[in-house]
Amino acid sequence: MQIYRAHVLICGGTGCTSSGSENVKKEFEEQLKKHHLENEVQIVGTGCFGLCARGPVVVVYPEGAMYTMVRVEDVEEIVTEHLLKGRMVRRLLAGGQEAGDVTQSLDKVDFFKKQLRIALRNCGIINPEDIDEYIAFDGYKALTKVLTEMTPEQVIDTVKRSGLRGRGGAGFPTGLKWEFAARQQNETKYVCCNADEGDPGAFMDRSVLEGDPHSVIEAMIIAGYAIGAHQGFIYVRAEYPIAVKRLEIAIGQAKEYGLLGKNILGTGFAFDLELRLGAGAFVCGEETALMTSIEGHRGEPRPRPPFPAVKGLWGKPTILNNVETFANIPRIILNGAEWFAGIGTERSKGTKVFAMGGKINNTGLLEVPMGTTLREVIYDIGGGIPGGKKFKAAQTGGPSGGCIPASHIDTPIEYDTLVQLGSMMGSGGLIVMDEDTCMVDIARYFLDFTVDESCGKCPPCRIGTKRMLEILERITGGKGEEGDIEKLETLAKNIKASALCALGQSAPNPVLSTLRYFRDEYEAHVKEKRCPAGVCKAMMKYVINADSCKSCGICAKNCPVGAIEGEKKVPYRIDQDKCIKCGTCMEKCPFKAIFKNV
Amino acid sequence: MKTITELEEIRKRTLEKIKPGTNSNRLRILVGMATCGIAAGARPVMNAFIEELKKRNISDVTVTMTGCIGACRLEPIVEVIDSDGRRVTYVKMTEEKAARVVVEHIVNGRVCVDYTIGEAERKTAEG
Ligand SMILES: Cc1cc2nc3c(=O)[nH]c(=O)nc-3n(C[C@H](O)[C@H](O)[C@H](O)COP(=O)(O)O)c2cc1C
Repeated sequence: MQIYRAHVLICGGTGCTSSGSENVKKEFEEQLKKHHLENEVQIVGTGCFGLCARGPVVVVYPEGAMYTMVRVEDVEEIVTEHLLKGRMVRRLLAGGQEAGDVTQSLDKVDFFKKQLRIALRNCGIINPEDIDEYIAFDGYKALTKVLTEMTPEQVIDTVKRSGLRGRGGAGFPTGLKWEFAARQQNETKYVCCNADEGDPGAFMDRSVLEGDPHSVIEAMIIAGYAIGAHQGFIYVRAEYPIAVKRLEIAIGQAKEYGLLGKNILGTGFAFDLELRLGAGAFVCGEETALMTSIEGHRGEPRPRPPFPAVKGLWGKPTILNNVETFANIPRIILNGAEWFAGIGTERSKGTKVFAMGGKINNTGLLEVPMGTTLREVIYDIGGGIPGGKKFKAAQTGGPSGGCIPASHIDTPIEYDTLVQLGSMMGSGGLIVMDEDTCMVDIARYFLDFTVDESCGKCPPCRIGTKRMLEILERITGGKGEEGDIEKLETLAKNIKASALCALGQSAPNPVLSTLRYFRDEYEAHVKEKRCPAGVCKAMMKYVINADSCKSCGICAKNCPVGAIEGEKKVPYRIDQDKCIKCGTCMEKCPFKAIFKNV
Repeated sequence: MKTITELEEIRKRTLEKIKPGTNSNRLRILVGMATCGIAAGARPVMNAFIEELKKRNISDVTVTMTGCIGACRLEPIVEVIDSDGRRVTYVKMTEEKAARVVVEHIVNGRVCVDYTIGEAERKTAEG
């Protein structure tokens, strides 16, 4: 059998025949002979392709290129261009199906229109494993500028004037931090990057490291130059294997290009970078614990002062910044402090990345200018709450933060307003909650997390948070006692005042902020043994409405514990002692006869 | 060690290389390969693109991995960028969809509208 390298399929259906496909076929035969391709390219007459209105139709394989409205005069071009030289004849391709009003690209959907991407500028744009692509998008240009045109003082001054504040949680001015470290007289100093990202549900830093690792590396070298350090460490959790791999590749490439190591870009400046993998303890995101962990000890915090800028890693002056903080630096250097300071609000400059999750249509990662309101984030970018439910509150700052209730939905998101509301910016976790969320249960969830993650070094955190959790479990378990709420408040106040590090100091925040806005829910739990949102299982039961029950028995058949009984013509009943409150019966009932009684 | 001039050359050369519109690079296909993309199945999708292009002897299209674009719930996300910088964003991609995008869009210049982000959003809005 003869093997052809290409096939030309010419439609011989009625439609195409009437529009002249026979002549087109003849012309192909002649042209193939003329160009000595008849043994390489086979012509096949086929049935209808269904595009009769645009006939004659010719399809060329292996590509599958579909040419429409092919005239005899076009054939030679297809043969010489496509079949001989391998270049498709674009003008004849089927092409441009009407898209109607469907938005075809991401940058035009609502989710993107209100965003401003500075830290995420390259994520989803470049290949993170190719340093050349980073360079193509102005990568390492800021480093070049810093090393050749700026003094360390000028770098620090630029960062200070930009107004950049730490994106890791506390919002400390980055330029000031660098200045403290720069002022220290010491041969050895360190630059550290906090990529621990322990906030449950947050993945901003992971996305930056996976999508644009060089931006962090470039910024760390710049920081090294600014404060006079020659060694850096990136502390990244081992649970981020893709981020770790891309960082390793990026560091390898930067070394190969001489962007890390001695005599960077021939300027004489030396800086090296190493990864340190964390085992995923929340406390290791706290700066002193993180450094203790890098030193090879158990990750426990120590009192401050001395601050790391004075005494950090191995007792040497050290700066620690968050991944997103660093990712902003190259752009600030390139575009100038004024540019950055022109974005955002009076006291919060630039943008913030959020990982939005929970009861929201568009879960995902977004970056908005500081000062964007919560409403814009939730409704314009997030697409609102699924199922038409009502927005109840949003949790920012994770286990160290608090909630912002619906009544404050028009608050601009910036460091200081969030603190005033009893929450905090945090690292960027944003959990949206709807009317079906029990705020006491949310507080219990976060406290459960901090109890688990408390390192145990100081008693207020080790014992105090445990006592708070016990009270919360009692309340959500339907056994709340008179005075429990007051006990929670006293404990919270004392833990905040006496815990060793910010983990303990901020652990009561979710309780305090839910108490501030949703005290009535706590009271309903304690005094009426009622969970208004119908979440706490101990305080609700499933009930069958005898009037609408048609005795079909579907609920009983689906009940996993055999708690439902009944017979024909008699309404079914749920045995509350056996019921495990899974809700399957309510879901399965075709007559909506089962409801939650709260 | 690279000098500053060499860095500048790399910048120009790479920009030229990755900007669609040249003979050897007519279109650029970006596959989201961060944790969210990979977890949703981006790797087989990327391989399907490479395979389908190879099967059809198409060498003027580049397939590249990239990071997270943010709409994690729609992963695997694939963007096709042309010489005018126009982007078409395909969401919730599969190997089968990749094959169709190669034939219809990459070869024949017909956007597979039903796989685009706008269409997905419309469907979500309709519930
Ligand atoms: C319990 C705890 C966990 C923390 N986790 C992180 C973290 O995962 N990532 C981070 O950047 N900062 C975290 N921080 C804040 C750091 O201590 C530190 O303030 C920050 O990394 C400084 O960088 P920045 O100024 O750039 O924000 C945490 C703090 C505490 C108390």
